[in-house]
Amino acid sequence: MSASLPATITLAHGGGGRQMHQLLEQIILPVFSNPWLEARHDAAVLELPAGRLAFTTDSYVVRPLEFPGGDIGSLAVYGTVNDLAMCGARPQYLSCGLILEEGLPLATLVRLVQSMQTAAQRAGVQLVTGDTKVVEQGQGDGLYINTAGVGLINHALDIAPARVRPGDVVLVNGDLGRHGMAVMTVREGLNFETPIESDAAPLADLVLALIAAGIEVHCLRDLTRGGLASALVEIAETAQVHIRLDEKALPLHPTVRAACELLGLDPLHVACEGRFVALVPADQARPALELMRTHPLGAQAVLVGQVSPAETALLTLTTPIGTSRRLERASGEQLPRIC
Amino acid sequence: MKFLDEYRDPQAAASLAQAIHRLITRPWTIMEVCGTQTHALVKYGIDQLLPGELNLAHGPGCPVCVTPIPLIDKALEIARRPGVILCSFGDMLRVPGSGEHLLAAKASGAQVRLVYSPLEVVRLAQAHPQVEVVFFAVGFETTAPATALAILQAQQLGLANFSVLGAQVILPPAISALLDFPGHNLHGFLLAGHVCTVTGFADYESLAQRYQVPMVVTGFEPIDLLQGIYLCLQQLETGRVRVENQYLRAVQRLGNPTAQGLIWQVFELESRQWRGLGEIPASGLRLQDPYRQFEAQQRFGPVSTSPEPPSACISGQILQGRKKPWQCPAFGRGCTPSHPLGAPMVSSEGACAAYYHYHRQADASRDHGRALKD
Amino acid sequence: MCLAIPGEILSIQGEEPLTRTARVSFGGLVQEVSLACVPQAQVGDYVLVHVGFALNILDPAAAQQTWDLLRQLEKL
Repeated sequence: MSASLPATITLAHGGGGRQMHQLLEQIILPVFSNPWLEARHDAAVLELPAGRLAFTTDSYVVRPLEFPGGDIGSLAVYGTVNDLAMCGARPQYLSCGLILEEGLPLATLVRLVQSMQTAAQRAGVQLVTGDTKVVEQGQGDGLYINTAGVGLINHALDIAPARVRPGDVVLVNGDLGRHGMAVMTVREGLNFETPIESDAAPLADLVLALIAAGIEVHCLRDLTRGGLASALVEIAETAQVHIRLDEKALPLHPTVRAACELLGLDPLHVACEGRFVALVPADQARPALELMRTHPLGAQAVLVGQVSPAETALLTLTTPIGTSRRLERASGEQLPRIC
Repeated sequence: MKFLDEYRDPQAAASLAQAIHRLITRPWTIMEVCGTQTHALVKYGIDQLLPGELNLAHGPGCPVCVTPIPLIDKALEIARRPGVILCSFGDMLRVPGSGEHLLAAKASGAQVRLVYSPLEVVRLAQAHPQVEVVFFAVGFETTAPATALAILQAQQLGLANFSVLGAQVILPPAISALLDFPGHNLHGFLLAGHVCTVTGFADYESLAQRYQVPMVVTGFEPIDLLQGIYLCLQQLETGRVRVENQYLRAVQRLGNPTAQGLIWQVFELESRQWRGLGEIPASGLRLQDPYRQFEAQQRFGPVSTSPEPPSACISGQILQGRKKPWQCPAFGRGCTPSHPLGAPMVSSEGACAAYYHYHRQADASRDHGRALKD
Repeated sequence: MCLAIPGEILSIQGEEPLTRTARVSFGGLVQEVSLACVPQAQVGDYVLVHVGFALNILDPAAAQQTWDLLRQLEKL
């Protein structure tokens, strides 16, 4: 880091003048270096093959900025990459808008930008254009990031909730609730000896492997805020079906489970960042699971639910004692309770 | 997890359910006192295993539900003051006072901190001597020893910036008040297992005899709840009246003397308003003289004693087990978890929220059918 | 009104009864817990933990009684 840069972000860094230029040249551009950024143009010019393009955007406002297993930077890359993957697209290019809060330590920004690049490399994408602004102290949580992304669709499948049929099954690629618990335990200062690590990871490779193997994927959805329950309620509502989850089948790491028990939280409503559900015809479940389990991000893939016809859309959970209860979307942020 | 998973065994649950069905010969109403039990009952769909003649009433053992509005307003007032941090368990953060709730106040700049343990509050006060740190102490006898210890620690450390806004209550007077209510239809009780871990159940024996109502100390897992219901039903069907202990692994008759010692070293009883139940004598915990300096009302002014404003919320009747949530005209219409009119809809263990999240239509039609039969 | 979870005492720290703590494992998740209410607790005991405090020691013999009662019921 150059000696001429201050220790923290100031309003001048967003002003378009010398300080901002220094920030870009010394901190940001060297990390992401690629021909598009090097061109230093107002826009990145991309050459893409003809065909379908997936396009998505998301903004990241997580607090704390850094947590076991990830940070806002890696999250901003993986989150957008995963949204593209859920269409069966191969993610290619990302944009990145940074909103920095005055007072953010420069060392923190350096770490987070580096983390974005590491994540981008792991996900096989390039960050080709971006923007930086600075807001006054007190108007942001240190850093907000927006990323938008494009991906290429090379298959002919129509992957959407409307394609879900009675008789389909619900597969998930791994254990639930890690990300939300990782963030919450740090944010609320809960001292567990072994920290729970976020599951944030890029899912495109795994999804594309499923499609390439000829699995008839009807619907994909990545599990983010609101957890498994919220994602499936939305699918059930759009497809107008009854989805039945089997509580005994839900994959949960013992420490995540214990943390949820201790804090009175429902793991079905806790966020993940490297998990998705795939709804496929029942006879494709075995080959799909076998394939997923050969991939590092699908090693614990499991069948968790079934789709049946319904007059009104419904998501239910069959409990370990054989009763069933209705599941709804998460309402607001889940808070730890003592009662 | 040991001592947890075994009590979710499906075979044992089925056996108990069958035994309950074989045993029951007429309609009974059993009240489970503790909000955490309410939550567990709906989470596991226990009522789906029970015969229609068995009515479960959900009691006032929900500290969130019974904390009076003026006390919440006081917490809000304290939180909004500059130079003050108000610490609270998560349960209380979304309960509205007469206006907004603590989480909303936090969003508009009030210093509200979520805590998991009262000892965190002491650490916070130690770390920030220039700031007033106030603990919104809500809970029953289960939580009182922890609050007591926090106060003892604060005293030992000589903390001048630590205080407690007391909202703690004890259960037996509330059960007595419910049973004094003319026309109550409560036949039996499932007592709060974790409260009894601290207090034991000897105090309930005179209650059971005076009102001739069987009581069973019950745990929180499906097997515990079903076994507790079975034992209570057994007493009702055979005309026996006593206090029984289902939660054998965690509760002894005289409770935990060390924990009780901590409570009564620091606290004494006073009369207290219970939201929805009115004033109940000798039901609240207040600080004894040697610890009075830690009383937040001494530093920030007393809680207002104005009466509860009228509202469409019938939480009193719900907490007394006289109405079911779906029988409230506002249920699911004017009153939902995102726009609650009263505490039982806010707290995740409140009867109304539990019904709203887990059952709604199914239960309403079942209970409705039963009401038509009675 | 009482979320309390069972955990196993792995080790105990401190001499003073009011400040004595334990490292408690909840299915592998380890947290520091106050033993102020259970001065007689030992390593290997299972305790019920509420708001960072051990409230009582779980009694395996009593737990067995619960299961014996259940077995009797199944035989009826």
